[in-house]
Amino acid sequence: MARAVTPKQKAINTGLAWTIGLLIFFPILWTILTSFKTEAEAIASPPVFLNFSWTLENYAIVQERSDYLRFLWNSVIIAGGSTILGVIIAVPAAWSMAFVPSRRTKDILLWMLSTKMLPAVGVLYPIYLIFIQLGLLDSRIGLVVILMLINLPIIVWMLYTYFREIPGEILEAARMDGAGLREEILYVLTPMAVPGIASTVLLSFILAWNEAFWTLNLTAANAAPLTAFIASYSSPEGLFYAKLSAASTMAIAPILILGWFSQKQLVRGLTFGAVK
Amino acid sequence: MATQQSRSAARLMMAPAVVLLLGWMLIPLTMTLWFSFRRYLPLRGGDLGWTGFDNYVRFFTSSAFWPSVQTTLILVGGVLVITVVLGILLALLLDQPMWGQGAVRVLVIAPFFVMPTVSALVWKNMFMDPVNGLFSHLWRAVGAEPVAFLSDVPLGSLIVIISWQWLPFATLILLTAVQSLDNEQMEAAEMDGASVLSRFRHLVLPHLSRAITIVILIQTIFLLSIFAEIFVTTGGAFDTRTLTYLIYQRVLESQNVGLGSAGGVYAIILANIVAIFLMRIVGKNLDR
Repeated sequence: MARAVTPKQKAINTGLAWTIGLLIFFPILWTILTSFKTEAEAIASPPVFLNFSWTLENYAIVQERSDYLRFLWNSVIIAGGSTILGVIIAVPAAWSMAFVPSRRTKDILLWMLSTKMLPAVGVLYPIYLIFIQLGLLDSRIGLVVILMLINLPIIVWMLYTYFREIPGEILEAARMDGAGLREEILYVLTPMAVPGIASTVLLSFILAWNEAFWTLNLTAANAAPLTAFIASYSSPEGLFYAKLSAASTMAIAPILILGWFSQKQLVRGLTFGAVK
Repeated sequence: MATQQSRSAARLMMAPAVVLLLGWMLIPLTMTLWFSFRRYLPLRGGDLGWTGFDNYVRFFTSSAFWPSVQTTLILVGGVLVITVVLGILLALLLDQPMWGQGAVRVLVIAPFFVMPTVSALVWKNMFMDPVNGLFSHLWRAVGAEPVAFLSDVPLGSLIVIISWQWLPFATLILLTAVQSLDNEQMEAAEMDGASVLSRFRHLVLPHLSRAITIVILIQTIFLLSIFAEIFVTTGGAFDTRTLTYLIYQRVLESQNVGLGSAGGVYAIILANIVAIFLMRIVGKNLDR
């Protein structure tokens, strides 16, 4: 409902919004700044904002002491693997629900959504037990499967809302021209669906990257992703703010950047199409 | 337009997703239900047989139960009030004409993308620490005694941290709703001399009611299972043990699976009560 306003009003809006925006962003900014300080500067009193001797040593120390890259790799595999697997399973399902709807389509969609509402802690022990039995505890493949299942309802829903916007007439025209089911999906639907699939992939990746219940409870030394790596800083030894900041910055930077690209799709994905 | 052939193809294409989710739901759920009726202590004798509703009664009557329900309600309620109220104000502000609107929105949304363990630890150490935290520097600068936030006001501190994480979500969704407000109607009301407050009450708020409901329902579902933030800050100490955390402790820390599973069933019922309302709204939207 943007309207024309006086320049003075616009200046006030700008000042107010930027102040609040920077306040909200400040903890992230502070973390990034602290990651470039020495440990002594990180706890200096009064705190130093920009006038410190910038250093990269914390990043080197974090990598050296705890093999940061291994956790990063686990995060990439777990978030990437669960996303790819989820999309492969969800695309056909969402496609059929959007283009060949039946009386039960709505019920199936809502039921899928309801599985998302299941509180994880309610099934913690069964999953734990199953993982032990199958030798999946502290394995990347186990987490790929769990996170895929958790995000599958969101992926199906998001794809469904995108697919539904593709006009059915285009499909009919393709069929008239003699396109089979395979051609229809490959040459007609896929090109139109790519933007929707891309934003779904993005959101699913972000959600899986930041998931912090199963990743904390089902991993130990081998498969721990960044969420669990950062949690290991909860019992600190000595001076550690700068190192915590360096580790945190590396853990959130990729997702912050991806997230900024996906802000529009976020609304659709997280409200199951109820707010567009 | 759908032929018999395309119908069966469609069913086949849906099958993997449906079967997987069905398994994901039914198998662990059945196990939890089964354990909840057994005396099951993996480290102290294993499965010691049937106990009927004993676990349910014991979980319900244990001294930790009501405090954990209370903690859960305060935590969820506190975060909801803060994020919805600030979210509405922020959405209305961000909708106004200004310079650098896109950049401000990026700043406001950023906390949502920070992983829970990072935001909890950054707040705990670099802001709320009584010795080296930024707040303690601020407190000392104005001559006040620094506060040990996470041990003196643990629940309030957690509410602040979690609200910071969820404010972007509320703002983003409410902003989307605000942007679809009818401009002409607002201008007409302004011409008729309606004050800012009465325009907000009679035009803006009714328009936002649906989005607000959705924000409340979705956040409630996520907030009921908040875990990592408590895990890395207080570990459930100082009255920050929510229902979720209590169940986690029963199951994995004290390895009383029967008791924990009964608690899990309570949590599932609680989540489903909220879910029913959310599903109604989402379902209505599907018919359009």
